[in-house]
Amino acid sequence: MRRKPSFHPHNDHEAIVMAPLATVTRRDYMLWAFLLGIMSLGLIAFVRQFILGLGVTGMNRPIYWGVYITNFVFFIGLAHSGTFISAILRIAGQEWRKPLTRAAEAITLFSLPFGVASIIVDMGRPDRMLNIIRYGRFQSPLLWDFTAVSLYLFSSVVFFYLSLLPDIALCRDRLTNKPPWQRRMYQILALGWQGRPQQYHRLEKVLDGMAIFMSMLVVTVHTVVSWVFGMTIQPGWHSALIGPFFLIGAIFSGTAAVVIVLAILRRVYNLAEALPINLFNSLRKLLIVFTLGWLYMMVAEFLTIFYGNIPEEMEVFWQKFTGDFSLIFWAMTIFVFVIPLYLMVFHGKDNISVMVTSSVLVNIGMWLERYVVIIPTETRPRLLYELVQGAYTPTLTEWTITLSLFAGLILLYSVFSRFFPIVPLWETAESFEPDPSAEPDRSTRIFGAWSNK
Amino acid sequence: MPNWSMIIDLDKCVACQGCSIACRMENNTPVVSPSESALGRSMLWNDVFPLRSEEEGAIASGQAKFLTRPCMHCEDPPCIKVCPVEATYLDDEGIVRQNYQRCIGCRLCTVACPYGVRYFNWYEPQWSPEFARHITPDKVVGKGSLEGPAVRPKGVVEKCTFCIHRLHKARARSEAEERDFRPADYVPACVQTCTGKARFFGDLDNPNSTVSQLAQSRRAFRLLDEAGTHPKVIYLHEG
Repeated sequence: MRRKPSFHPHNDHEAIVMAPLATVTRRDYMLWAFLLGIMSLGLIAFVRQFILGLGVTGMNRPIYWGVYITNFVFFIGLAHSGTFISAILRIAGQEWRKPLTRAAEAITLFSLPFGVASIIVDMGRPDRMLNIIRYGRFQSPLLWDFTAVSLYLFSSVVFFYLSLLPDIALCRDRLTNKPPWQRRMYQILALGWQGRPQQYHRLEKVLDGMAIFMSMLVVTVHTVVSWVFGMTIQPGWHSALIGPFFLIGAIFSGTAAVVIVLAILRRVYNLAEALPINLFNSLRKLLIVFTLGWLYMMVAEFLTIFYGNIPEEMEVFWQKFTGDFSLIFWAMTIFVFVIPLYLMVFHGKDNISVMVTSSVLVNIGMWLERYVVIIPTETRPRLLYELVQGAYTPTLTEWTITLSLFAGLILLYSVFSRFFPIVPLWETAESFEPDPSAEPDRSTRIFGAWSNK
Repeated sequence: MPNWSMIIDLDKCVACQGCSIACRMENNTPVVSPSESALGRSMLWNDVFPLRSEEEGAIASGQAKFLTRPCMHCEDPPCIKVCPVEATYLDDEGIVRQNYQRCIGCRLCTVACPYGVRYFNWYEPQWSPEFARHITPDKVVGKGSLEGPAVRPKGVVEKCTFCIHRLHKARARSEAEERDFRPADYVPACVQTCTGKARFFGDLDNPNSTVSQLAQSRRAFRLLDEAGTHPKVIYLHEG
């Protein structure tokens, strides 16, 4: 079937952005093999845990939730990067966001599956997972979670795919020297995209509409994640602030992750021209605001607890400030707040390595934050805090599985970026004048009822 | 329908841990190794512990206060609220039940319970050969449900059920004997065995029952009353 050439808007950076798609290098294969290796180790650890029982972890009574739940919260938080940048900033009309939307959304898309995986890994009976659908009770915060996260995953896929569509068509039309399976993949995924003005018009409209929906999801999803903790009456968790606190943290770590990913993409794929340094400067401003927002939340949360001085709350409070978790707690404060704020404010402008350093620290710190929100509460349960001095040391199984989940995220990301343009070419195009010679080819339309009125 | 309730008179309790052992034998609670126990994985549906562990020598000098703690069988249980699959539920007679066959092992109930009465099967349950010879054969089986002393699979949560199988057996017996079921027919193992006769069991809604009369005592209190869970295990203060 001969196809008439589709219209693609002109983009000066097309050659640079498409360059990474030209070849999969030896180094890529080595990286992928390495990541797959780590993932297989994780799989072995999981199968062993499934056969023997969750006893192979460090969890116990009363620390029923450990690193796995921490990972769950962290991955869902990381996922807020893309939706925040491409949905909220889209509504806010922030045009500077355009080159990094896809890189950010890809983090969303590839983090979510590992958030879900974290939950499955944590279940005592993953084989009974479908009970959640068969016997689901909507009174349970876990079912809210299940609903919110699956809706988020589904919407992110649609949102991501739609904005990718014109660029898949570009791959279909430009990458004609690729192996047949790859050409066929582009052909199918492009859904017969022709680049007609009506199509672009519709696409923009749908993306605008979805952006509103996605922005609401960003707020909802992470609040609901926090409610798994907040809805119990355990000291340290049962706080109305836990939802907003989790949300700020999620957007914070997500945005920091975007900085890291952008810097890597720029370096590895030579995208310096397509991803200019002013992106880092814009992200820097956002991150400074989030750092301060994080401090605000910390003060609001802990000053209220400290001043109120309720005995069981204070048990958990002192666990964090001076007790078993003080090292992690203060390390978190330094990583999330002290160092990044100083670095970003005084040295971050036009300095990518400083921004990356801060962002790595922020993400390590945010993981620690999740840990320090979840575990200390469990070590000082309400009734037994005088008696049960709960302690928790994660085991090798937990670390291996954790590592394999992160390896999976990197693997998906790195494979994706070798097959699809990581900078949205149509959104960053300079000239959007449609070519009048490109008549739509009716035979390739998927939805035949489209009219040209 | 009776509203089952337990009274524990701390004045009479001698902290012999008989209730704990009777419970274990009756309900096939797995025994864990000392190293697992040190990790905090021992299972004690009915736990007995000193209230002030920091007072050195208090136990030896007889000054320590002890508490025995079964499941509180709350009227508003925080655990059943959060269960995503209705594996744990409050039945018509006020007993918080646990269905091992449906539980997915998410442990949201274990972190939601302020009393720490819920236990998770970290491994397949194991018994020493002596214990294994004395596995209680009783179980409560329904369509898609497995409850009571039935041997639990790994990865599910278990808890005190007020010996629910004894209630089922008592009902069956009264039916076989063609007479009405009396609340006195049913008593959990811990109450039956209690050395100091410190435990009472019965229908809280019957104004003439021992439990409802003792619940009116000036010594009566409930654990973590401020948590709003309305426990149906009611303690009587010492002295």
